[in-house]
Amino acid sequence: MSTQVAVTQENVSTVTNGSGAAAILSAGVGSFAVALFAITADKSAFVKDLFVFYRPTGALSGETTVAVLLWLATWAILHWLWRKRDISLPRINVIALALLGLSLLLTFPPVGDLF
Amino acid sequence: MEITTRSLWTLVHGMGFGALYLLACSGALALLYLRFSADAQTHSLPAQDRFLGIYLTAMAALAWLTVLSGTYIIYPWYRAAAPAGTTNLAAFPRALLLSHPATKQWHLIGMEWKEHVAWLVPIAITMAAFIAITYSRDLKTYPQLRYALHGFVITSLLAASIAGFFGAMLDKNAPVDGGPTIQLVQGE
Repeated sequence: MSTQVAVTQENVSTVTNGSGAAAILSAGVGSFAVALFAITADKSAFVKDLFVFYRPTGALSGETTVAVLLWLATWAILHWLWRKRDISLPRINVIALALLGLSLLLTFPPVGDLF
Repeated sequence: MEITTRSLWTLVHGMGFGALYLLACSGALALLYLRFSADAQTHSLPAQDRFLGIYLTAMAALAWLTVLSGTYIIYPWYRAAAPAGTTNLAAFPRALLLSHPATKQWHLIGMEWKEHVAWLVPIAITMAAFIAITYSRDLKTYPQLRYALHGFVITSLLAASIAGFFGAMLDKNAPVDGGPTIQLVQGE
């Protein structure tokens, strides 16, 4: 009986996909920020020094902390903007997964060193 | 039988949190497949949706524990600078790797990639856990959310595998060791 009720209810979605879209896109942005900050710190001694938040860990502490903060800020803003809307998810997915794929590639030192 | 505190932390980071995360990834992919296969979609129960959310949340906790312990506990020991004139570099893994042409690339490619790519994992899996919890049963009506969920879990597995592989190889070539010794079993 409870299974029948669940099956009947499952086709009636009352939530929008905006919160999901915000989470997906911001995760792509946060991932890309990790790679971007790693390359930037590698290319500039000034930026590298700026990213030293915790000396024993070096610039990695700042690169990752700022990337995580940027990710969370992007997520919060997009969530607030999109929470009651339906967003075109195929486009968001392509952008987010492309950013994630680029992050994997750009964190690979021989690729990051090309810039 | 004894172990140093640094070795113990390396074990907790790599074999504890990291390896467990990799194992959990294969479980998550199997769970996602079973949960959203054509047959399962018509016979699913709310308990299964809840379980998926709890499972991915536990994975996110593991991922955060892995990168935080790696970055703030083990990495400082790994990259510690050797005092001038030090000839035995065993306590300075980064310097030890860089001192030999045959091992140099383990740091220049291995550690440089590992230390950054690992951070993609908690970001990706936290997002996946959020989607699973927030949408729960509605995931069935949003195939695009499911695609993203699968994509991010697979990418997190790839990133965690890269970090895990290089972590193991780095520790094989230049182990992070030292600190106070913990006696596990008293010798005769």
